Amino acid sequence: MFGREKKRESKPFDPSMPLIHLKDVYKIYRMGDNEVRANDGISMDIYDGEFVAIVGKSGSGKSTIMNIIGALDVPTQGEYVLGGEDVSRMKGDQLASIRNRMIGFIFQQYNLLPRQNLLENVELPLLYAGVKASERRKRAMESLERVGVADKWRHKPSQLSGGQQQRVSIARALVGNPSLILADEPTGALDSRTSRDVLGFLKQLNDEGNTIILITHDNSIALQAKRIVRIHDGKIVFDGSAEAYREEISHGN
Amino acid sequence: MGIRQAFLLSMRSIIQNKMRSFLTMLGMIIGVAAVITLLSLVQSFQKEMMKSFDEVGTNQVIVSVSRNGNKLMQPEEMFEVAEDHPDLFQGVSPTVSTSAQVKYGTETTERTSITGVAETYFDLKSLKLVDGRFLQYTDILNSHHNCVVGSYLVSELFDGENPIGDKIKLNGMSFTVVGVLTEESDSEEGSSDDCIYIPYPVAATMNYSRDVTNYYFVATDQDTVETAKAMLETYFYDYYQDEDAYNITTLTQMLEMINTLMGTMSAMLGGIAGISLLVAGIGIMNIMLVSVTERTREIGIRKSMGARKKDIMRQFVMEAGATSTIGGVVGILLGAEATRLIGKLIDLDAAASMNAVILAFGISVAIGVVFGYLPANKAAKLNPIDALRSE
Repeated sequence: MFGREKKRESKPFDPSMPLIHLKDVYKIYRMGDNEVRANDGISMDIYDGEFVAIVGKSGSGKSTIMNIIGALDVPTQGEYVLGGEDVSRMKGDQLASIRNRMIGFIFQQYNLLPRQNLLENVELPLLYAGVKASERRKRAMESLERVGVADKWRHKPSQLSGGQQQRVSIARALVGNPSLILADEPTGALDSRTSRDVLGFLKQLNDEGNTIILITHDNSIALQAKRIVRIHDGKIVFDGSAEAYREEISHGN
Repeated sequence: MGIRQAFLLSMRSIIQNKMRSFLTMLGMIIGVAAVITLLSLVQSFQKEMMKSFDEVGTNQVIVSVSRNGNKLMQPEEMFEVAEDHPDLFQGVSPTVSTSAQVKYGTETTERTSITGVAETYFDLKSLKLVDGRFLQYTDILNSHHNCVVGSYLVSELFDGENPIGDKIKLNGMSFTVVGVLTEESDSEEGSSDDCIYIPYPVAATMNYSRDVTNYYFVATDQDTVETAKAMLETYFYDYYQDEDAYNITTLTQMLEMINTLMGTMSAMLGGIAGISLLVAGIGIMNIMLVSVTERTREIGIRKSMGARKKDIMRQFVMEAGATSTIGGVVGILLGAEATRLIGKLIDLDAAASMNAVILAFGISVAIGVVFGYLPANKAAKLNPIDALRSE
C-alpha cells in the first residue's frame, strides 16, 4: 500500500538536470485523410523552481502540450522526461502513478468532487498514493491551513465562493508535495480581484521553491510568470523572460 | 485505495442516492425473497413428509399378488417365506381390506374401514392396546368373529365406556370386541383411529372371495429392505413366471420418488425465482451504467489525481456489490418472514432453510459483482482527458 510513497523518497533527483525535458514532441491526430499536428516538434527544458507560463490562443496546441506535461496523454513521437523518468512511452497505470507522485493539478473549473467535503477532496491524491487515513487527514488539514480555508473543512465545495474553491483545489495540488504544479487557466472562472489573489498565491508558492507551469490564453496573466513560452500552430514561437515577452508584444506581435 | 475505503465510498454513494438505490435494490429484494420463500416452503414440506414416513416405518414391503391362471400364492406360503429368511424379515401378515357399517345397539357409524389381518400384524405395526388383547393365532385359525377396534369407535359407539366383551355388528355379522387400541391421531372420523381389525379369513369372506392378495412384510431394518424386495421378486417370478402377476412396493422407493419430485420442484421454483434475480442483476447493471455516465467527470478528476484502473474498478464494483448485497440481505429477512407466515397459514412447520439463505446471499453478492463489472470496466477505461472535459 505504501509502495508509491516509498518510491518517491528513494528516487534521487539531480538538480542540475532539467525537471522537464521535452524533445521534438509531436502529437498528431488523424481525422479521416487529414492529419492534424496539435504539437509540431516542441522542445524545451524546464528546471526545478521555475515559474513558466505557456500561452497561446485556443487551438494553438497549448492544451495538448499541457496534457502531455501533465502525464494525462503521451506524445505520438518525441521524448518527454519528467524528473528523470521517461514518460513518453508509459501506459495508463504508470501515467496514473506519475500524476499521483509528481504533479499537482489546478483546473479552471476547480474540479472538486461535489459530494465530498473539502478535507476529503484534498485527501484525494494521498488516498491514491496509499497513505494511511490518519496521516492523510493530518496532511490534508495542513494543506487547507496553508490556503486559509481550514476552518471550513466540513463544507461541501458548492457552499464556497469561486475563489475559495480554487484555494481548495490549490491545497489539493499541494498536498502530495509534487515536483510540479500544473495550473490550467486557474483564473479563467474568477473575477479580477480574486484572480489577483490566486496569482499572488502561485507566486508565493514559487518563491517557496515550487515549480509552476501556468497555462493561459491571456497575455496579462502570462506576464505574472518569470518565463513565458508562446505556442502557435503547435510550435513554440517565443521562449524567454517575462520582460522580453512584454517587449515583444508591445511591438505588436 | 484500499478495500475499506472503496466500501465506505460505495456506502456513501448508496446513501446519497436513496431513492435510486432503493429502487435498484427492490428487484434484488423481491427476487431473493421469492427464492427463499419458495425453496424453504418446499424443503419444509419435504421434511414434514419424511417425518411422517419415518413414523409409518421405512422398512415395510407391500406385496400384492394376483391370480395367474390357476395359480395364486397362498398365505401359508407367504408365512413360510418370511420364516425361512429371518435375516431379512421380521414377519408378514396378509391384509384384506373391506369396509362396513358398524352397529352397536341403536348406534351406527358411517362406513368404517376394516382390515383382515393375521396375529402377526399388531407386532409388525407396533400397535398398542389400552385394553383387552390382540387377535390370536386361534382366532385366525378358527375364523373367530373377534375384533380389535380403534379409539374413534369407542368414543363414537360406546360413549367412551369399556367395550371389551360387547358385541358389534359388521354388515349384519356379529363380532365380539376383544381389544381397544391406543389413540394414534385424535380419534376423528376417517383417521387411523377409525378402524377395525378382524381375522383375515373372515374379511375375505366378507369380500365374497377366498382370495388373499395383499401382504404386509416388514424387513429387519431399513438396510435390508431392498435385499428383501429383491429376494421376493425372484421368489414370485419362479412361482408365476410372469412379472405382471405381482407387485412389490417399498417405502424407500416411494421416498426416493418423492425426493426426486421435490428436487425437481425445488429446481423449477428456484429457477423461476432465479430469473427474477437475473432481471434484478440487469437492473443493477443498467443503473450502474447510468451512474458511470453521470459521474464521468468525477472519474476524470480521480484519474488525474492518480487513481489507477483498479482503483476505479474497485469503487464501482464495490458499489454494485454493496447495492445487491444489501438488497439480498433485506430479501432474506423478508423471505424468512414470508416463509414463517405462509407456514402458519397452511399449517406447515416451515422455517427459512439455511442452505436457501446461503445460496441466496451468495447469489446476490455474485450478481452485484458480475453485473457491476461491465459498468466498472467502462469507468476504468475512460480516458482522463475526455472524462475531465465532460459535463
